[in-house]
Amino acid sequence: MPSSAALRILPCGDSALTVEFGETVDPGLNALVLGLDDALKAHDVPGLQETIPTYRSLFVTYDPVITDFSSISGVLHELAQAAGPKPQSPRRWRVPVVYGEDFGIDLEDVAKGKGLTADEVVRRHCESDYRVYMLGFMPGFAYLGGLDQTIATSRRDEPRLVTPAGAVMIGGVQAGIQCIEAPSGWHILGRTPMRSYHPTREQMFLIEPGDSLSFYAIPRSDWRMMEEAAEAGEWIAELVIADGVAA
Amino acid sequence: MSIVLIEEVGPATSVQDFGRYGALRYGLGTTGAMDRVGLAYANVLVGQDWHAPVIELGPLPIKIKAKEGTVRLAVAGAMRGITVRGQAMPMNETFCLAEGESVMIRAARGGVFSYLAIEGGIVGTPTFGSFSVHRRAGLGSPFARPLEAGDHLDVGDASVLEGERRLPAPPEGTGPIRCVLGPQDDFFSAETIAQFQATQWTISATSDRMGYRLEGPPLTHARTANIVSDGIANGTVQIPGTGQPLLLLAERGTTGGYPKIATVITADLGRAAQTPVGAGIRFQAIAIEEAQAQARALARMIAALPLRVEVSGGGSLSSEALLAGNLAGHATNALDPAF
Repeated sequence: MPSSAALRILPCGDSALTVEFGETVDPGLNALVLGLDDALKAHDVPGLQETIPTYRSLFVTYDPVITDFSSISGVLHELAQAAGPKPQSPRRWRVPVVYGEDFGIDLEDVAKGKGLTADEVVRRHCESDYRVYMLGFMPGFAYLGGLDQTIATSRRDEPRLVTPAGAVMIGGVQAGIQCIEAPSGWHILGRTPMRSYHPTREQMFLIEPGDSLSFYAIPRSDWRMMEEAAEAGEWIAELVIADGVAA
Repeated sequence: MSIVLIEEVGPATSVQDFGRYGALRYGLGTTGAMDRVGLAYANVLVGQDWHAPVIELGPLPIKIKAKEGTVRLAVAGAMRGITVRGQAMPMNETFCLAEGESVMIRAARGGVFSYLAIEGGIVGTPTFGSFSVHRRAGLGSPFARPLEAGDHLDVGDASVLEGERRLPAPPEGTGPIRCVLGPQDDFFSAETIAQFQATQWTISATSDRMGYRLEGPPLTHARTANIVSDGIANGTVQIPGTGQPLLLLAERGTTGGYPKIATVITADLGRAAQTPVGAGIRFQAIAIEEAQAQARALARMIAALPLRVEVSGGGSLSSEALLAGNLAGHATNALDPAF
């Protein structure tokens, strides 16, 4: 069980730092990251500006005119020791995906590489229970852990310069949902009409770090209608909040 | 209200301000001006808060016309030739364009980005407090993309002034670009860290507002070239598997999975971003305490800029005149305009 005892605070230039709880992908480490993130929301730390929770560290930006590395590190150290892991979030997303063919151009290759049928890869991808470890790189990009390791496939040698918005991908032991068109070396199994980021929607971002998530297959005939609804600002994905658990 | 028309424009020219803060945790990067000192000079000259939206000019020429009303402009940042009515106009000094007149601003010399501020400001709608264009995210105002020929921008009218305003050109920074080691400097041997600082790197032609690729003898990783992704600051130098450093700048992704050897200090970020393609760049690691002292000095310098504005033809402005012209603005904390 990871603890805050081993944490390191490392400078990222003169206006940011990273509170590092470990170097691996581990739900226990991620819970410590989110625990500190919550503690910072509840405390008024002088000079603190923003945070980025990642798999295993909390990135913190701060104003060196108001504080300095040594002072803010001391405060963060204390808060991290006191905070402890954040309990499992009650929020769970169900995300629709059109798998295969032109929507999932790598599905057949991934299946061949594993000696499985495409349908079997889709089944295993849908049956996995994912944790949203972090949102990063580009707006709304969700980094997921919990991929069925029997379909894990190392990244492409040659990244694609353009992969589409909504690409549902796997890369190594990770899975992900890409929200806007971007370069990627991951394998594309399908596409979701959901937009976890939509610049003109009232709720600009949907998914939070720490959320749970699962996928379900939809027929390609549903794509056009759902994509139009997403463009118009509908969430498309379903958010379930577990009963009896405080949010 | 006046209108300016973009008559001719090259790539990488867009509306930028201090940047967009508040959604880093959702993967939305800050973007913002590549050279904050240039941004501050241009804005202060036209009497605006130093972090207000301006047109960030990419390295190529731009031609702009005042379509309705008279507009007052100021250009700061990378040096350029500026012509109005066939007459040369100075950098770091305001000038007016009467209705129907055009200004020709030539290619940048010895730098990359210049900043064109317009008195009264650019009209638009902020997202998370910012007009800054983030092309991939589809954000920015008045256009969520770089400027194109034919674009019209609503802007403020020129006020009546007895003389134009000017600022002494900022001191030219010299010497290596200073940086703070980390957060993954322990992924490199002491020899590699020394090589990183001893090498004269060359800015690659594939560089853009996301980051500059640096060409030179490749650096080797002591451990691995892959880490579990974590956060990335403005000015971070990432070393991917190829060993060719990548200096990540305003439009970078918020997180990444390669070890980061060092991060450029705030006070030298603008100077690093002003290094043109094909030119050399060197780095020197300094202690974080010194880096933060430099950041505070930069903040003081920017906050004091309105007091250094002079009237063309002699004399500095009295404090009464500064207040009347709103040149004193609200610049209290030059690193964080939210304060």
